[in-house]
Parts: sequence; C-alpha cells; structure tokens
Amino acid sequence: MRHIETVFSGFGGQGVLFAGQLLAYAGLAEELYVTWIPSYGPEMRGGTANCTVILSEEKIGAPVVRNPSAAVVMNSPSMEKYELLVRKGGLLVVNSSLVSRKSNRDEVQVLTIPASDIATELGNVRIANMVLLGAFVEATGIVALDTVKQQLNEHLSERQRKWLEPNYTALQRGSELALEPSTV
Amino acid sequence: MARQLLKGNIAFAEAAVRNGLVAYFGYPITPQSEALEHLSGRMVEEGRTFLQAESEVAAINMVYGAASSGVRVMTSTSGPGLALMAEGLSYIAGSEVPVVVVNMMRGGPGLGNIQPSQADYLFMTKTAGHGDFHPIVLAPSSVQEIVDMVGLAFKLAEKYRTLVIVAGDGAIGQMMESAELPSMQQVRRTRPDWAVTGARDREPNVITSLYLGAEKLEQANLRLQKKLTEIKANEVRYQLYQTEDADLLLVAYGTAGRICTSVVREARRAGLKVGLLRPQTLWPFPEARLAELAGQVSGILVVEMSAGQMLEDVQRAAQSHAPIRFYGRMGGVIPMVGEILEHLQALADAVIQ
Repeated sequence: MRHIETVFSGFGGQGVLFAGQLLAYAGLAEELYVTWIPSYGPEMRGGTANCTVILSEEKIGAPVVRNPSAAVVMNSPSMEKYELLVRKGGLLVVNSSLVSRKSNRDEVQVLTIPASDIATELGNVRIANMVLLGAFVEATGIVALDTVKQQLNEHLSERQRKWLEPNYTALQRGSELALEPSTV
Repeated sequence: MARQLLKGNIAFAEAAVRNGLVAYFGYPITPQSEALEHLSGRMVEEGRTFLQAESEVAAINMVYGAASSGVRVMTSTSGPGLALMAEGLSYIAGSEVPVVVVNMMRGGPGLGNIQPSQADYLFMTKTAGHGDFHPIVLAPSSVQEIVDMVGLAFKLAEKYRTLVIVAGDGAIGQMMESAELPSMQQVRRTRPDWAVTGARDREPNVITSLYLGAEKLEQANLRLQKKLTEIKANEVRYQLYQTEDADLLLVAYGTAGRICTSVVREARRAGLKVGLLRPQTLWPFPEARLAELAGQVSGILVVEMSAGQMLEDVQRAAQSHAPIRFYGRMGGVIPMVGEILEHLQALADAVIQ
C-alpha cells in the first residue's frame, strides 16, 4: 500500500511549508488521500517551521504522528528534533549545507545532500527545498517526479514564475543525488 | 466539481459563499483569520456584504440585525471571540433568528494560545449565553465535513429559526485536505414572512427577545423549549466506525474523532475489538445510540482535547452500563495515536477477562 507520513522542517523562509504542499498536491494528482498540516504557532516567523504531510491509499485518520516514516530536515534544530523520531526503516533527508553533524541512525536510510550549496549554484538559495524534495521523491517513490513538476507548474505563484526552470533543475538534481553513493 | 486541496478555513468560507451567504460580519482571530481574508475578497467580488467590525461584540450584533431582516448571514471566530459574542448569541436565541457561527477552538482559558483545542464544548452546548437555550452544535472532523456542515448549518438555522454553531478547532482550520466544494447557489431573493423588511402594505413584524410580562416570557420560553425538543428528536447525527462487534468503545469528535479512527485500525491489528462513536452533533448529543452501545461493550474510553467536557454527556447517556475512562490533552496539544492506544489497552486489561 502506498502510504507515507513525512515531516518537512527548517527555518521559516526555507520553503518547508511549500515543499510539503507541493508533495500534497502531487499526491492528490495521483489520486491518493492527502493531509498537510503546518505548525502554525508564533515560532513560524523566523524560528523553525514544520509541516506534516501524509499520503495514503487509505483514508487518513490522525493528521499528525509522533514517529513519521520520513523527515526532511533543512537546519540543525530540525535535525535535533526529528532525527531520533523517524521510525525504524524510515528515511531521513538532511540538508548537509546547514547540518554539519552526521546522523548516528543506522536503522534509518539517511540521505546527506548539500542542498543549500546546490541551490546557490543554481542561482537561488531558496530553492534548496526543491533539491531535498527531489531526493525525497526519488528515494521513496511515493509519487512520480514528473507529477511534482506538473504540480509545481500549476501552483508556483505568479511572483515566483521566473524561478520555474531553476526549480525543475533543483528537483532533478535532488533526485539524481538520491541515487549517488556519496549521498547515501 | 473536482476535488481540490483546500485549507479548512478557506474551504468553509468558500462553502458559505457558494451556499448563498449574503452578509458576513466578523473580527479576525487566529486560528481562523484566513476565513476573513478569503471572504473580504470573495464577498466583494460577488457584490455581497463583508464587514470587519471593531470587535466581536459589534460583529455579532450586526449579524443579529442582518438575520432579523431574513438574509443568510454568518460570522466566525475562536474561543475568546465567542466569549465576547455570548450576549448577542443569547439575544439571537431569544429572538429566534437563524444565524450560523463557526468557532475554531483554540487553547484556553483566557488568551491561552492559538493551537487546536476542544475546550469550548460545555460553553457551546450548555451555556452559550444567559437564559434557557441550546444552539445546534455541529462538529466536523475533516475539511470535506466542514464544507458539508456549513451548508447543513444554514439549512438547520433557517428550518428551526435557531442559532447553529459549527465547532471546528485549529487543526481543522489550518490543515489542507482534498475536498469538493458545492456548486454556486444563487442568493435567495425572497425573505421569510417573519422578517423585518420595511412593512410596506402589511402589519409590522417585531423581532425581539424582550417580553416584560412574566407569563408572556414564559410562553416564549415554552415555544423555544418545544422547538428544542423537536430538534433533539430529529437532528441527532453521528458516525459509527467498526462498532458492530466491538468490545470496547471510543467516543471522540472533531480532530480527536478522526485520530481515533487511526486508533481503531491499530487496535484491531493488535487484536482488540474496538469501535468508535463520533458525534457529528454535540447538541443534540447522540444519547440514545450511546446508551445502546454502552449496553453492548465492556468499557468506554472518551478522548478529547480538553479536561473532559463531552465526558459529562457520555456519563449521563451511558448511565452505569459500562465503565467509562477518559484521556485528554489540553492547552493545544493534539493527542497521539500511541498515547490513546496505551489508555485503551489499560482499559481492556481492566474490563476484558
């Protein structure tokens, strides 16, 4: 059964809420049940932000989980919070540009990706979220990368339109890196 | 209409527009402010009335006025705002005008916080204002259900000329889920015959909650009570999940209710025969069905995001048929499946031989 419970976590402004939404849109486009729920406390402004996204073939009950099957962590505080919470056999995607420490979890699949550096190379540090989402989608296979790209095209705001192509490239780079031995 | 990914607050606001909402009066408060943001654009686009009042007290009295003129009207708020509205809610109930209020509950008491909570249960169902009345209280547990319940709320409010509260919480308001919106409905052009519309060529109508004679006010109260009895008989709504062969029963509504569907699935995988009763109306409460189920099961676990408010209704309805335990989280904390499972297992160990 296709089913995943993921947390996206990082600083406010890193695009964790949007990355989560894009995954939810892709899930819906592939006819899965989806929920997206943000942490919407005052910590959102400048502090850490996170959202929980669930994609499933089964109707979704709880929209939040103690132990997600995957986590995408974009900064050190998020690594501290979620590294140990990811379920055994799950997936941890780490933005190694901002998280210097390696994960000690050996019963979890860890992808170490210098997403902020790659995004900067591509011309905009703010598309690091797409690098990590690309890696996440490749590693989990929960939705097709093409579906994510289509949904990005549909939901990227007018103001951000000029970044569509770099976002595609970021998704692509992330998905390629998920398969490289240096990442795993 | 296709299914879309929608945030709860925007979904219920748009559902109201499509149900022919004529006027909205409100005052922003987290966790439902996106509804005002959405309506401030959409209502104007449709040539209808959106007004951000100077306070919740003002907003509810504007709602009261618009409802008296027989148009479809609503407001939305969260706990502290609902408390400010209490006087107006009572006047609305006493005047018997149809009004819909959405309350996205947040942590309390006091200013509390903006996280999801279910601690307004007793306030909404028992004491929404002074005097003898109950609003109908609907409890959605998903974005689709709040969309559907907004439409239902208008129908019930107008059918019974009563106050209907749609009781969501911060999680329902903030989460995105796929939902199908209703198609666009035309605004109703005719006004009900009781409404105050200018009294041209007819006797004036009077909308009031003031009856200075004791006997007259008692008559008004008796009429109100008769209506509430009718609502209790006709409008109880609930959803059952895997209760047919259940030895244990979970009772939970709204966000706690949907979490308990996950608990049922996990508990059954672990061999516990568990079912869920999820009230969709908190008032009227599904007493009769609960009493039947209490006779069937060996134990009941009530789960709420409060100190145990619906619990009182469960205890009253179940009488002494089955032992009742409670698990709740407060202050905006959402209970996790694992925690509820532990309490369910403890109940099973105590009551099942």
